[in-house]
Amino acid sequence: MGCEGVARFWREIPQRYNFIGNKCGSCKRIFFPPRESCPYCRRKSMGNMKEIKLNGKGEIVTYTIIHVSSEDFEDQVPYPIAIVKLDEGPQITAQIVDCNIDDVKIGMKVESTFRKIRQDGSTGAIYYGYKFKKVNKQ
Amino acid sequence: MDKIGIVSYGANIPRWRIKTEDIASVWGKDGKTISKGLGINEKSVPSMDQDTATISVEATRAALKRCSINPQDIGAIYIGSESHPYAVKPTGTIVGEAIGATPDLMVADYEFACKAGTAAIQSCCALVKAGMIKYGLAVGADTSQAAPGDALEYSASAGGAAFIIGSENVVANINHTYSCTSDTPDFWRRAQRKYPAHGGRFTGAPAYFKHITHCSTNLMNIAKTKPEEYDYAIFHQPNGKFPVSIARKLGFTHDQIKQGLIVPYIGNTYSGASLVGLASVLDVAKPGDRIFLTSYGSGAGSDGFDLSVTEKMNDLSRENAPSVFQMVEDKEYIDYGTYAKVTDLLYWE
Ligand SMILES: [Zn+2]
Repeated sequence: MGCEGVARFWREIPQRYNFIGNKCGSCKRIFFPPRESCPYCRRKSMGNMKEIKLNGKGEIVTYTIIHVSSEDFEDQVPYPIAIVKLDEGPQITAQIVDCNIDDVKIGMKVESTFRKIRQDGSTGAIYYGYKFKKVNKQ
Repeated sequence: MDKIGIVSYGANIPRWRIKTEDIASVWGKDGKTISKGLGINEKSVPSMDQDTATISVEATRAALKRCSINPQDIGAIYIGSESHPYAVKPTGTIVGEAIGATPDLMVADYEFACKAGTAAIQSCCALVKAGMIKYGLAVGADTSQAAPGDALEYSASAGGAAFIIGSENVVANINHTYSCTSDTPDFWRRAQRKYPAHGGRFTGAPAYFKHITHCSTNLMNIAKTKPEEYDYAIFHQPNGKFPVSIARKLGFTHDQIKQGLIVPYIGNTYSGASLVGLASVLDVAKPGDRIFLTSYGSGAGSDGFDLSVTEKMNDLSRENAPSVFQMVEDKEYIDYGTYAKVTDLLYWE
């Protein structure tokens, strides 16, 4: 990833660090990642999309264990990737960390944790963002 | 003027652990003897996706969950570490963005071996006292590295703690703080080198013991206190032996130091070491309790603090984030092979 990649990642910092999505002012649907306009209301939603901070909590809808990954994640295999349905509704794909692979279950409650996502080799930028871990009862 | 002190706190410790005995057996050493000699049973290990920035963010988010301050009211962030992810690009920029404190604030990274985090607390106190900021965030965190086979490999670990400093809703007043500094080459890491070097036996008497003794004695003179007046005491903990020994020399009992003595379970978290200990004490402290803390940073220097827990501690939602001992218990063991892979030992310098 060159400068192009750095710029794209930088633009996505609000969503990657702080779960900033948006909400259609017309139908009230919530989107994450945020969208330019609402696909349901189209023109009616133009200029009517409001930023909203999601709480970063949700539930595993389904998951898979990655055994063969892209080069960036080779040293982490095997690791679980899940589709997480956020409390506010949107579904996202994310890595599940801090648990044994066998403990990952559909329906498991998860919360976000701030992690290193990727780095451009040993000299490039480091990209941070969310992953998910099991909600620990205290 | 209101008293200045800690408004909230949080800690973060990676889940992975490696046992001292497992490291020792790789090098043909007797693990039980080493473990007993160092007073370290096991140490925390960061996973590939954890570094000083992620530990700082998680510790700070824990602190924010416990109180109700607006992150936009944080006017300064100082992150103390000797393992900042970038040599040039402050960790504080990442933390500031991730906790929603940007863009109107002061940020800088601190470096002073294991005492950079306590230095950050002092700076925040001064800025609050000067009326320049409402709240300051001070963090001490590290993912420290040691060369394979080096004595430090048994202790160098990962973790950190974050403290929000202010003058409203203070849960622990900072009554006094005192520092001492000298040029003592006990431990160092040259620029662009991956692993530190140390002066062997030189790290004990003229370095750790001399500075902590000098700092602690002067602090008690200023505060007009005696060891027995404190409910808890925390000393920098590079291993399990030094803090026990210095506490005894200064006149503190084992009961006073055990709540803040975390090194036997997670190793030496460097900039996080004394501060994770303080977080552990704050997990259980009651209004009226008095706390003594002296950090130590190689190079060398010490920062001392005399704190009093206030009635406001009852209003802090401590249960909103895991306690230090809960994080100590929440662990998963890895073997030396995994450890070597995740800590990059396979790529020798
Ligand atoms: Zn809509």
